[in-house]
Formats: sequence, structure tokens, C-alpha cells
Amino acid sequence: MKRIITCTVQDRGGVLNRITGMFYKRQFNIESITVGVSEIEGLSKMTFVVEISDDQKLEQLTKQLNKQIDVIKVSDITDKAIVARELALVKVNAGNQSRAEIQGIITPFRGTVIDVSKDTLTIQVTGKSDKVDALISLLKPYGIKEISRTGVTALLRGQQSSQQVVEVNSFPV
Amino acid sequence: MKAVAKQEVQLKEELGTGADLLIKALVDAKVEKVFGYPGGAVLPIYDAMFRHEFPFEHILFRHEQGTIHAAEGYARVTGKPGVVIATSGPGATNLITGITDAMMDSLPLVIFTGQVGQSVIGTDAFQEADVMGLTTPITKYNYQVQNIADLPRIVNEAFHIATTGRPGPVLIDIPKNISAGATDGEYDNSFEVPGYQPTVNPNPMQIRKLANALSQSKKPVLLAGAGVTIADASDELTAFAEKYQLPVVNTLLGLGSFPGSHPLSLGMGGMHGTYTANMAIYEADLLINIGARFDDRLTGKISSFAPEAKVAHIDIDPAEIGKNITTEIPVVADAKRALLALLNGELNGPDNKEWLEKLEANKKEYPLWYDHSDELISPQWLIEQIHQASKGEAIVATDVGQHQMWAAQFYHFNKPHNWITSGGLGTMGFGLPAAIGAQIGRPDDTVISILGDGGVQMTIQELAVMNDLNLPVKVFIVNNEALGMVRQWQEKFHGERYSSSLLTKNPDFLKIAEGYGIRGIKVDKEKDVPAVLEDIFSYDGPVVVDCRISWKEKVFPMIAPGKGINEMIGVTR
Ligand SMILES: Cc1cc2nc3c(=O)[nH]c(=O)nc-3n(C[C@H](O)[C@H](O)[C@H](O)COP(=O)(O)OP(=O)(O)OC[C@H]3O[C@@H](n4cnc5c(N)ncnc54)[C@H](O)[C@@H]3O)c2cc1C
Ligand SMILES: Cc1ncc(C[n+]2csc(CCOP(=O)(O)OP(=O)(O)O)c2C)c(N)n1
Repeated sequence: MKRIITCTVQDRGGVLNRITGMFYKRQFNIESITVGVSEIEGLSKMTFVVEISDDQKLEQLTKQLNKQIDVIKVSDITDKAIVARELALVKVNAGNQSRAEIQGIITPFRGTVIDVSKDTLTIQVTGKSDKVDALISLLKPYGIKEISRTGVTALLRGQQSSQQVVEVNSFPV
Repeated sequence: MKAVAKQEVQLKEELGTGADLLIKALVDAKVEKVFGYPGGAVLPIYDAMFRHEFPFEHILFRHEQGTIHAAEGYARVTGKPGVVIATSGPGATNLITGITDAMMDSLPLVIFTGQVGQSVIGTDAFQEADVMGLTTPITKYNYQVQNIADLPRIVNEAFHIATTGRPGPVLIDIPKNISAGATDGEYDNSFEVPGYQPTVNPNPMQIRKLANALSQSKKPVLLAGAGVTIADASDELTAFAEKYQLPVVNTLLGLGSFPGSHPLSLGMGGMHGTYTANMAIYEADLLINIGARFDDRLTGKISSFAPEAKVAHIDIDPAEIGKNITTEIPVVADAKRALLALLNGELNGPDNKEWLEKLEANKKEYPLWYDHSDELISPQWLIEQIHQASKGEAIVATDVGQHQMWAAQFYHFNKPHNWITSGGLGTMGFGLPAAIGAQIGRPDDTVISILGDGGVQMTIQELAVMNDLNLPVKVFIVNNEALGMVRQWQEKFHGERYSSSLLTKNPDFLKIAEGYGIRGIKVDKEKDVPAVLEDIFSYDGPVVVDCRISWKEKVFPMIAPGKGINEMIGVTR
């Protein structure tokens, strides 16, 4: 099963190396990882998407993360009410004839065209991973030249954290 | 969190450079011994030690691996952190085995490595190695000092992290321009580690659960590991076992945490443990693990490990609980605090009379056994003789292999902090320098080093330190002219194909000892052993005894790889 785990860590040299090293050493498979500053200075927030086979392994992972000296807080937020998003940039082949068609595909996904060249379009899309996956598979027939995805980042909804969360893009119905 | 009051330390010089700050920080950390080896990148530190007229003793080893195993031995027997200094590049990489060993066996070390100057880090400068990258997975924590003014804080924090919670090695990498650079005279060592707050007090509800399980149990067993010794909880463990008449199994590293000659002791469990200990675990209905990490050498095949038992596990490291063995009653705590809580609680003792009788019968029927060798010395008997001659009170440090197992089986450890062996990593070359470190830490105690003829050759150069300091370590080379443990496995599991495991052209160990200025004795007949032992234990200096045993000797009983704890072989003749 896929789990989304967030980690608040002290912003010290080598912290990312230490933590990803632990994943490797203990044979956990990171599907995606995002790192950025948090709302508190000196603390960073990491979000991991991990494929984990059973509860015992999951417990080990959170314990091993908690054990890291630089880690202040670990949350497995998979089963909580969360907003989880990732951003993808997709460069797709687009001659004159297909441009309008592609535009039609990306609109329901609230994708936007952020770069145009003679025979390509670069599309930006934000949302849950399955939404991003869905759009990418629809674009495939046109010929995808390049994809860059950020990986998932996530927050608990509303009252569950001190943070006010405003949901922006939602999956098209 | 911990602002150590600025105490006045009588240093000989001003705090002019980073290295001076380091010296003061070490003095503040109450460091008495430093195990080290100099080189270019640590020259400013060595110069500062000299200028300050060595406010702590520095012991020069002959290889960095020697320094770090000595620091491990020192830490084991004193409970204090071992301090190591090595230069950049090859100095640092020579420490890797020892750091890993200390990480596996939870030993508190603070290690200082020199690094090339900050301006050239990352350019493959002369003797540059990525020490942070190399040591991140094998340290509890590591630092590279970025600013001179941070040094006192980092050192103070490093000692805190190394020695508290589950102890472990902490490394500080110091670029040369930091140790050589000028300070502004400021010295602030206060620190904060918000992400590191080990739980030491047990949750009362978990203690109650454990107490309830105990009162309902008919076949309880205590498993005592190294955590009991680390927590200094041997007295509490003994009181608890006696109060409720609970039999005790020790892990290899837990030996001595419960008196080996106590009637409730079942001896060591695991691969080369006793039949009684292993069958007790196999049949138990309640297994209370105190400070052991359920290593696979202990458990054997997981599905056969304590299959009938409810498992309780007291450990200061939550990540150890449930890692290998499913645990019904987790207790995250310092072993001493947990045992005190159990001792103080109201609890009906278990009704386990029949169980104890059964274990007693097993002990009588299936004791450890050996045969006397026809010509040479039988190694098990040799260990028993060493035990007698040293009144069972010596500090014993071993290397890795058959001799290690014989020492574990036949030197009945009655006291904690007297047993030094490399358990988790099983590092050959560990035993000699570890014994030296132990003797440095406990100069008034008898220190014995039991080594194989293979392993001793990995760090034999440290005999020089024994001679330098006239350390009266008694070194026994249990000489079977083979890499015995490997040879035993080849005999049992690889059709007697002794692929690269026979040492038929060993050097003359007496001449080597002599070359280092140390007395050497060779003994190859049992009848000569008592006199030799009497001689060396009344001799106040270093000595090397080359003890000849047959290459055919094996360690029994044993659990073959992949087998369960109930499937021991060699239980009887
Ligand atoms: C050739 C060879 C053969 C071996 N055969 C055997 C064998 O037959 N049987 C055997 O048992 N081992 C054997 N070993 C050793 C084995 O590999 C492990 O090293 C050993 O079992 C670990 O013992 P431990 O869990 O007690 O100690 P450690 O590995 O040191 O673990 C200590 C535990 O205590 C915890 N702890 C630390 N401080 C505290 C505290 N204050 N309070 C509470 N908990 C604390 C730690 O978190 C950790 O979980 C062998 C090794 C070799 C090299
Ligand atoms: C550094 C290292 N290399 C290899 C091994 C594998 N090994 C384990 S025991 C052993 C044989 C040890 O032989 P010796 O030191 O003579 O001791 P004996 O078993 O004969 O008592 C070997 C090679 C090890 N544990 N450590």
C-alpha cells in the first residue's frame, strides 16, 4: 500500500542524506519525496510517498524516522483527511492541427499551457497524483517529449493543524 | 537545553585557536583519555594538546583501527565515552570498521577526524575523504564544523548524544582551517536538540500489563541483554529475578548482567547457547526481554522462537521493539527504571515451581560438555583454568571466532562491565586493542585478552602500546593454526572442504612478542597450564601466551544456520 508520511526536521547540514540513507539501508522504497521550508524558521518539511507491504514495516519506518536526531515530528497522514497535491510539467508534441485538441483535453483538468514552441506545448497541471496520471495518459498519443513531476506534498485539512488550508484545484467531475 | 556552567579550567594557554577551544571543550566534558593517531589535518589539535601540556592523557596507537577498538573497550568497562582522534582521509577511513562496530553494539564514542581546509573541500584535495558521507549510516550522529565559534556547542552536544538514550558513536569532522583558525575568545557550549528526547520512564500502564502477564504465567523467562549493563541495572535485575524466582537467559553481550553462577541463570541463549536456555525460550509462555535486540544469532529461525510465549520487551530504543519479534507488551524505558517500577509494584508472583524443576533437570542432564584432547590443550578446559586462576573476576576481552564462543561459554561472568566482545559486527582484530583500552580505563583490574591466531594478526601491532605503557594485559592466543570458526562451518556445512581457512605457516608469536619487548610463553600440554597461569597472574607486566590446541576442536552445541532454537546439534557427546 502507498503511504504518505510527513516529517518535520531540523534544517541541519546532511539531514536529507541521513534520512534518505536510512530508507535505503532499511530497504524502504521511496516513490517520491518533496522537501521545502516550513512555517517555522530553521525547520523543513519533508513529504514521502512510500510503498509499504505491511503494518509492521510501516511501524518500523515511522520509528526509524523518529529515531533520527534531526527529526522533530513524524506523521503518517495517509488515512487522515488531507489535501495532497503534486505538480507536473509535461512537454508534448503539438503541431498546428493538434493544439486545439490538446487544449480541449487539459481544460477539465485545469491544466494550463505555460510554454509554446513551433511543435510543442508545455502544460502545467496540479492535483492528486491520479489526476496527473490521468492527464498524462490522455496526452500520450500526441507524443510526450519530457515530463517533470514534483512528487506529492500534503497537509492535514482545516482544523487538524494550526495551518489554514485552502483547497485550490479539485479533481474534475 | 543544557547550558553547562562556565567552570574555570586551568588551561596553560589562551583560547587563541579553534584547537584551543576543542581542548577546553574536552576538559569540560571530563575527558581523561584520548586514543589517537596524528596527521596533517589534525596537527593544530596535536599542537594544542602539547601546548596545554596534555590536560588529558593521549595514547598513541599504531593503527587507527587500534585507537577505536581501544576506545570501545574503554567505554565498555568504564561506562564513559571513548574519545578518538584521527587525521583526514586515510586516518578517517581506517576508523570505519570500529565506528560500525560501536554502532552495532551501542557503545558511546566521540570521534574527531581532521578534514582538509574548507576552501578546498570538494576538490579531491590531498587526503580528502567524504567523511560525512562515509559515516552517516554508521554513526548515531555526525557533524562537520562550519564555524569556529560552534566548536564548544558541537562537542558538548556530541557527548550528550553519544552517552544518553541508546548510546552510540558520534563523529565530529573538523576542517583544518577551523582548528588552526583564530577565535574571538568566546566560549559558549549551550545547545538544543529538540528532536532528541529519549524516553527513560516506563509507561505505568505497560508496567501493569507486564505485571499481570507475569502473575498469570506458568513458564516465564527473562532474557537479559547488554541494555541491562548499559543501564547499570544488574542489581535490580537480580532482585527482580530472585523476588519472583524467574529464570534468566543472557545474550552474548548481556553476559555478566546477571551472575552466571546464580542458580536462576540458564546461561547464554542462541546459536552457541546452552540447551537449557534455548529450550526455555522455546517452551516459555512469557518471555520478558530486557535490553536485548533479538539479534538473529540469538533467535535462529523466527517462527521457532518463543512460539508459545507472550513477548514483553523493555528497551530504550522504540525502534527495536517489534522489529524482529512480534511483541505484545512493549515497554519503552531505561532498563533500570522499568525494573524498579516492576520491583515496586504490587504483583502476585507466578506459579512456576514445576517450570523451574524442569529447567533444573535440563541443566543437570544437558550441561555444556567437552572432551580432553589427547596431545594438545582442550580450549574449553583452558578457559575454565583461566577463570579459576583469575578468580572469575578479570575483565575478559575476546576477538571473534571459536575462542570467543568458548570464552562466553566457560568463563562464568558474575559481574557486569567485565566482558568485552564484538557481537553485532563480529570484528576480527577487535580483541587486542579492546583489552588495551580496558586496561587503560581500569588500571587496577586484571585484564585478559583471549584471541585466535587469525584475528590477533589483524591488529597485532598494538602490542607496541602494551609495551609502551607497560600494561599488564594477559594475552592468550588460542592457537589452532586455523581460522577455526570458518573451518568448523566448512567441516559441518561444506563437506570438509577447507577453502583458505588453514594457517599452517603462522609466525612465531613468541618472537613477535619479544620483538615488541613483551614476555612470550608457549604452552602445548595441559599439565603445564596451571604453572604457567600461576606465573603470569603473579607477573606484573604484559605477557603473550601461545596456547596450542587441536585444529579439530569445535564449538558445541550449536544451531545450524536457518534452523530453530529447538533444533540444536551437539547437545551431548
Ligand atoms: C561468532 C559469533 C557468534 C555469536 N553467537 C551468539 C549467540 O549464540 N547468542 C547470542 O545471544 N549472541 C550471539 N552473538 C552476538 C549477536 O550477534 C548479538 O551481538 C547479540 O546477540 C546482541 O546482544 P544484545 O541484544 O544483548 O546487545 P546489543 O546488540 O548491544 O543490544 C542492546 C539493546 O539494549 C538496548 N538498550 C541500550 N541501553 C538501554 C537502556 N539503558 N535500557 C534499556 N535498553 C537499553 C538497545 O536499544 C538494544 O536494543 C554472536 C556473535 C558472533 C560474532
Ligand atoms: C574482519 C573479519 N574478517 C572475517 C571474518 C569472518 N570470520 C569469522 S570467525 C573467523 C575465523 C577466526 O579465526 P581465528 O582468529 O583464528 O579464531 P578461531 O575461530 O580459530 O578461534 C573469520 C575469518 C570476521 N569475523 N571479521
